[in-house]
Amino acid sequence: MDVNKIRQDFYVLANNKLAYLDNAASTLKPNSVIEALNHYYRDLGVNIHRGVYRLSYEATELYENARQKVASLLNCDFEEVIFTRGASSALNLVASSLGLKEIKENDEIITSELEHHSSMLPWQNVARIKKAKLIYIPLNVEKKITIENFKKVLSDKTKIVALNYVSNAMGYVTPIKEIIKLAHEKGAKVIVDAAQAVPHMEVDVKDLGCDFLAFSGHKMCGPTGIGVLYGKYDLLQEMDPIEFGGDMIDYVELQKSTYKDAPYKFETGTPLIASAIGLGAAIDYIRSIGYDFIVKHEFKLREYMLSKMKEIPGITIYNPTTETGIVSFNIDGVHPHDAASVFDEENVAIRAGHHCAQPLMHNLNQVATIRASIYFYNTKEDIDKLIKAIKKSIDFFKQFI
Amino acid sequence: MSSSNLENLYRQVIMDHYKNPRNKGLKNEDGFYKVHLKNPTCGDDLTIQIKVEDNKITEVYHDGTGCSISMSAASVMSETIIGLSVEEAKRIIDNYVHMVKGEDFDSDMFMGDAIVYHGVSQFPARFKCATIAWKALDKALTDYKKE
Repeated sequence: MDVNKIRQDFYVLANNKLAYLDNAASTLKPNSVIEALNHYYRDLGVNIHRGVYRLSYEATELYENARQKVASLLNCDFEEVIFTRGASSALNLVASSLGLKEIKENDEIITSELEHHSSMLPWQNVARIKKAKLIYIPLNVEKKITIENFKKVLSDKTKIVALNYVSNAMGYVTPIKEIIKLAHEKGAKVIVDAAQAVPHMEVDVKDLGCDFLAFSGHKMCGPTGIGVLYGKYDLLQEMDPIEFGGDMIDYVELQKSTYKDAPYKFETGTPLIASAIGLGAAIDYIRSIGYDFIVKHEFKLREYMLSKMKEIPGITIYNPTTETGIVSFNIDGVHPHDAASVFDEENVAIRAGHHCAQPLMHNLNQVATIRASIYFYNTKEDIDKLIKAIKKSIDFFKQFI
Repeated sequence: MSSSNLENLYRQVIMDHYKNPRNKGLKNEDGFYKVHLKNPTCGDDLTIQIKVEDNKITEVYHDGTGCSISMSAASVMSETIIGLSVEEAKRIIDNYVHMVKGEDFDSDMFMGDAIVYHGVSQFPARFKCATIAWKALDKALTDYKKE
C-alpha cells in the first residue's frame, strides 16, 4: 500500500499541508464516500421502504445493502444491525430499552473510569432511576482494565457490563473477550463501545460473544450522523422500541399497536438514508485498504511517534504502553489549550481537552491532555510536524517561565 | 507570519497576569455578587465576585482553573474595571467582545491591559478562553440588580 496514493483519495489531505492527527475524534472522508452521498442526493433523493417506484426501490436497495455490509464486517446477521445516529445513540438505546426494563434496585452495573461519557453516562442514568449500583473496575497502575481487577467487581448481582473495546483517551485494548466470557458465567449482559475499535481492527461479534456492540461511521471514513448498534437477535426481539412512529409499526389501532421485528422496530421515521449509504461506501473503502495494513501502519507510526516524543525532555506521556494509534500527553508547565494554539499555527490538528472522559482526567489528576491519534493515511512527515510543534511549544512558552 | 501571530496572542502582559494574577482568590464576606461559569468542552472553570456601591464597581475577585488566556483575562478584567461605573464596564465588555471576535471596535475607548487581547482575533478557537471572565462580569452586572 502506498500511503501517498491513499492520501490522494482524501480531498482535505491532497489540498492542505495539514498534519491531521485527530482521528480518534473524527476521521477524514475519502472521495468515494462523498460520491456515495452525492449519488443518493443527486440521483435518487427519495424516501425508502414506502415508495412503489423505481427511485425509491433503488434507494431502499442501497440503504439495505449498507446494512448487509455492516453485517458482514461484524460477522453477524442482517437483522442484528440497527442504524442509529452514532455510537452514542446506539449505547443509549440499549440503556433506555433493556436497561430501564430489566434493571432492578441493588442490581450492579459494571463500567470503568476509562469510558467515553457515552459508554458510562447512559448507565449512570439507569442506575440513578432504578437505584442500582454503578461499579467501577479499579484501573491498574497504567490505567488499564485487567481481567484480574474485573474479577474483583464481578458478582452474582452483576447484570450489565458496559465497557470500551479501545479507550478513546489512552488507546488501550480491553481484554473484552475474556471479560464477556466471565460476565456471561454470571448471567450478565455485555455492551461493548467499539467506536475506537471498528475503524482500526477486525471486530468479530460472534468470536467476541458480546450481547451488544456500538460504533460510529464518522470515525471510520464515513459521514457524520450514522452509527450502528449490533445486538443479538433474540435480545433485540425481547426489547421494546424507545421511539415510536412511522415505519416501525406492524399494525396500529386506537389503543394498542404491534411493531415490526428487529431491526426495524428501532428505526422509526425516515432513517439516515444518505449517511447509511455513505457508511456502506466507507466500509468498502476500509476493506480495500485492509485491516492488516491499517494495524501494521498504525503500529509503525505509533512506535515512531513514541520514540521521538521520549527524546524530548519536558513532556509527560500518560500512556507510553498504548496499544493503538492514540497517544495522550502534556507539555510540562503549559496548559494543553495553550499548546494547541501553537500546534494550530504549525498546521498540526490534535485534540486538547478531556476527551469526553472526565472521570479518567480526575484519575490522572489532569484537567486535560493533548491527544494525537493516527489513522492509515498518516505519514512519518505528519509525526515529524507534530514533534516540531511540540518543540516549538516548549521553546515558545519557555520565555514566560 | 505564524510566529508573530503567536507573539501577538501570548503578549508579555498576558503571561505576566497568568503567572502573577491580580485580585485572585474569593472573599468570604457579604456584599459581593458571585458568578460561576464553566466551559465544559475545555475545562475552564471560573468564579468571579463583584461589589457594586452607588453604581460603582468597587471590588472584583476571581478564582478558577484554565489556560493562560482565560486565567490572565480574569486578572486583567478585574484590574480594568475596578472603579468604573456599571455602564462604563458594560461598554468595555461590548467593545472587548467585538475586538477579540475580529470585528470593528473602538480602539480609543479606555480598556486598560485588556487591549492586548487583540491577538485573539487570529485564533477563533480561543475566543471562549478570552471572554469567559468578561461574560461572567456581564452576567454579574446584569443579575446583581435583580437581587
